[in-house]
Amino acid sequence: MDDFLAARSQMALSLGFHIIFSCIGMVMPFFMAVAHYFWLRTQDITYKNVTRAWSKGVAIFFATGAVSGTVLSFELGLLWPRFMEHAGPIFGMPFSLEGTAFFIEAIALGFFLYGWDRFNPWFHWFTGVVVGISGLASGILVVAANAWMNSPAGFDYVNGQYLNIDPIAAMFNDAWLSQALHMTLAAFAATGFAVAGVHALMLRRGRNTGFHTRAFRIAAAFGAVAALLQPLSGDFSAKDVARRQPAKLAAMEAHFHTEKRAALVLGGLPNEDKQRVDYAIKIPGMLSFLAHGNFEQEVTGLDRIAPQNRPPVVVPHLAFQIMVGLGTLMMGIAAVYFLALWRKKQWLTSRWLLGLFVAATPAGFIAVEAGWTVTEVGRQPWIINGVMRTADAVTPMPGIAYSFYLFTAVYLSLSLVVVFLLYRQIRMVPQLYDVPAGTPEAAHA
Amino acid sequence: MDYVVIAYLYLAILLYLLLGGADFGAGIIELFTSRHNRRVTHETLYQAIGPIWEANHMWLIIAIVILFVGFPRIYSVMSVSLHIPLLLLLLGIIARGTAFVFRHYDAVHDRMQSVYATIFVYSSLVTPLFIGIIAGSALAGYVDPAAPDFLSAYVWSWLHWFGVAVGVFTVALCGYLASVYTIGEATTEADRLRFIRKTRLLIVVAFAAGALVFVAARYEGLPLARWIFGNLVGLTAIGLATISLGLLWYVLARGLTWLPRVLAGFQVTMILLAVGYAHFPSFIRLRNGPHLSLLEQLAPARTIEALGWALLLGSLFILPALGYLYYSFQHVSRPPSPEPEAALPGARTL
Ligand code: HDD
Ligand code: HEM
Ligand code: HEM
Repeated sequence: MDDFLAARSQMALSLGFHIIFSCIGMVMPFFMAVAHYFWLRTQDITYKNVTRAWSKGVAIFFATGAVSGTVLSFELGLLWPRFMEHAGPIFGMPFSLEGTAFFIEAIALGFFLYGWDRFNPWFHWFTGVVVGISGLASGILVVAANAWMNSPAGFDYVNGQYLNIDPIAAMFNDAWLSQALHMTLAAFAATGFAVAGVHALMLRRGRNTGFHTRAFRIAAAFGAVAALLQPLSGDFSAKDVARRQPAKLAAMEAHFHTEKRAALVLGGLPNEDKQRVDYAIKIPGMLSFLAHGNFEQEVTGLDRIAPQNRPPVVVPHLAFQIMVGLGTLMMGIAAVYFLALWRKKQWLTSRWLLGLFVAATPAGFIAVEAGWTVTEVGRQPWIINGVMRTADAVTPMPGIAYSFYLFTAVYLSLSLVVVFLLYRQIRMVPQLYDVPAGTPEAAHA
Repeated sequence: MDYVVIAYLYLAILLYLLLGGADFGAGIIELFTSRHNRRVTHETLYQAIGPIWEANHMWLIIAIVILFVGFPRIYSVMSVSLHIPLLLLLLGIIARGTAFVFRHYDAVHDRMQSVYATIFVYSSLVTPLFIGIIAGSALAGYVDPAAPDFLSAYVWSWLHWFGVAVGVFTVALCGYLASVYTIGEATTEADRLRFIRKTRLLIVVAFAAGALVFVAARYEGLPLARWIFGNLVGLTAIGLATISLGLLWYVLARGLTWLPRVLAGFQVTMILLAVGYAHFPSFIRLRNGPHLSLLEQLAPARTIEALGWALLLGSLFILPALGYLYYSFQHVSRPPSPEPEAALPGARTL
């Protein structure tokens, strides 16, 4: 494997790994806060058990998120030193604020995880909320840094020099809002569906119904609301991409030729040599509408982009189809769920509805990975869109392939251990939390 | 603002060494504790460290962010020339952080516990070793961005006796900090005496390791003694550190909790001050003389301004909260067990 490819793969692997843990770290505190709130309000011990059971799982995810994040802050330099040398001072603002957010999160987490029965219950509850808010803030900030790579702002690029740096303007770049919104919703949708799916599986097996029903309802409610909003925000993102990165839009839509009344290409296999898409369904005018809000408008194709500046097409296109497909599916499930809550209560306990959620367990996370693939691969060959090429940013150190193999092994084993631990947590639920509602705190030390 | 940012950089490094260092030290002590006493040592240390370990390690992230935002060239030179030790450091951080949490949050207590424990103690040793090697390499003057071949660019930049000696010294300091910290957390008199003995032993080890650093410096031709003792600040700092060490030895057996901790922290601060002062404003010495100076490698003024304000405002939130966290969880020797422990039927409980 050549070093450049190895560096890109290692970056992709590390980010793809971290994003799963960071989504959970951002969202689970809110689920716990809701369950915790119900416990404090109703004194229904099952809610306390749900909160505690979740918090143990979350502690594992947090630690893994924290170490993988620490790795990332070094990896930016280890793999892309030339990029960081110039970009650091420009897009560093969100990172320096993020430091504060992480810190507050880590402090609040200490209070929350170890604070049971030590503090005023509402103070303890509040520390859990602070974990959530600061996690969300750090997610938004780091996405702002990524958005700057897509839509560089806050400096003048003159003869290879980066002049008139304005870190605040860099932070509030053009892509910031759409990406932060879409990412935040994605975190809620993905985590909500994953957690709901696990509890739905337990419900279908008829285990600890009281416990799993309460947990399922909280997760499903968050996930479903986010999944309904997600396509709207995705549309906003797509319009944004059309405006600021026409090459990326063309790649993800496999739109080779500039045309008016451009067709939306559903599915299909792009053929980059022949500049066409095989086996696709085409809806005339739809792409023009989705990208620019008007069925007639011209949409820039890859033919307008200089060949050396064209992104790959197959990967972003397929990834985009996967994301949108799963997004539509999740939106459908969410709609059914709300219908059930509103009109068809008997559906709520039916095996088929739970089965839908079980089937959708990994959907959100697959969509997250796919979406980031669109964003990152679609930006190629640029690391800073239009300013610096990825190939010029890579470290001069040879042998990166070995470091990539090493990280692959590490992340693979970590994933296995995390899954193993999670499995054990879930298996312990009957022993730890199986108390008939109402008995005093039999289950907790 | 330049000096605000530089001060925060040193502050973050110092606090990482003190707090994160004590945290690494906990694992180091466990490694060198007889099987018989391991469980008590482990439990005493972790009741104390559990709630605060994530916060302790945030100082590393703060230091790295300050480096890449405020001193991008220094960050990039380090990332290239010290790639290999940084990579090994990262592997240590991953292994240690995850093993620490897994052993505490694994719902079942069975043989996996000893796997986590093994990973945890060895990575606690290796991680500070590489922190020391990296720090030593910043001073040693073998970092060479223009090196012609792989070995001198990426290996000899950090693999030298001075770096190794500083690494060993760092490990000893971490163990020392942790053992001083534990004394105040002991729950029985026997444990307390055991921790005190351990601390005394570690003071001797740290002293020996410190001497080793000077020997290694001599061997590599570095005038370390002149750097540190050749100016009033360094001389005073080391003098004060020595006096406080004597004081510490004297008060160790007195059953005090805070004074020994403060004294130990003070000593490490003084050592860092002496070294930092001798080198300021240089942050990395390059091969054949030139330096990467903190004052010359600053990012553009607008960035430093923004970074400085972010750090100042951030501390307004962080420091009180952090203080309250430490305050709340001090002396938790006999807390309500943080999580209900449970064993699967048939599983062996350690
Ligand atoms: C639960 C996850 C999820 C779901 C269901 C969707 N997305 Fe998404 N999408 C993401 C998760 C995601 C993401 C992983 O979070 C990305 C990567 C970068 C970003 O900001 O969000 C993303 C990026 C992303 C981009 C590129 C943004 C950029 O490069 O700035 C577009 C155009 C869309 N999405 C559009 C959609 C549409 C039209 C969807 C319709 C259903 C959709 N997404 C569902
Ligand atoms: C879109 C991408 C990202 C999102 C949404 C995100 C979000 C988060 C969140 C919410 C956390 C805290 C939760 C947890 O600890 O599990 C976290 C941890 C962390 N992230 Fe990321 N992150 C992203 C990418 C990155 C990148 C590119 C870096 C480094 C440059 C990074 C650095 C870190 C660090 C250092 C931590 C540890 C903080 C701690 O100890 O709590 N993250 N991330
Ligand atoms: C966590 C979600 C993210 C995922 C899954 C992700 C995914 C990827 C992928 C797949 C690549 C390789 C692209 C290629 O070379 O073809 C990549 C590259 C990269 N990403 Fe991201 N990314 C994420 C967020 C971020 C963030 C928040 C930042 C920075 C603030 C970032 C910085 C980079 C850099 C520096 C590269 C290498 C240069 C490049 O290939 O353009 N990424 N990422």
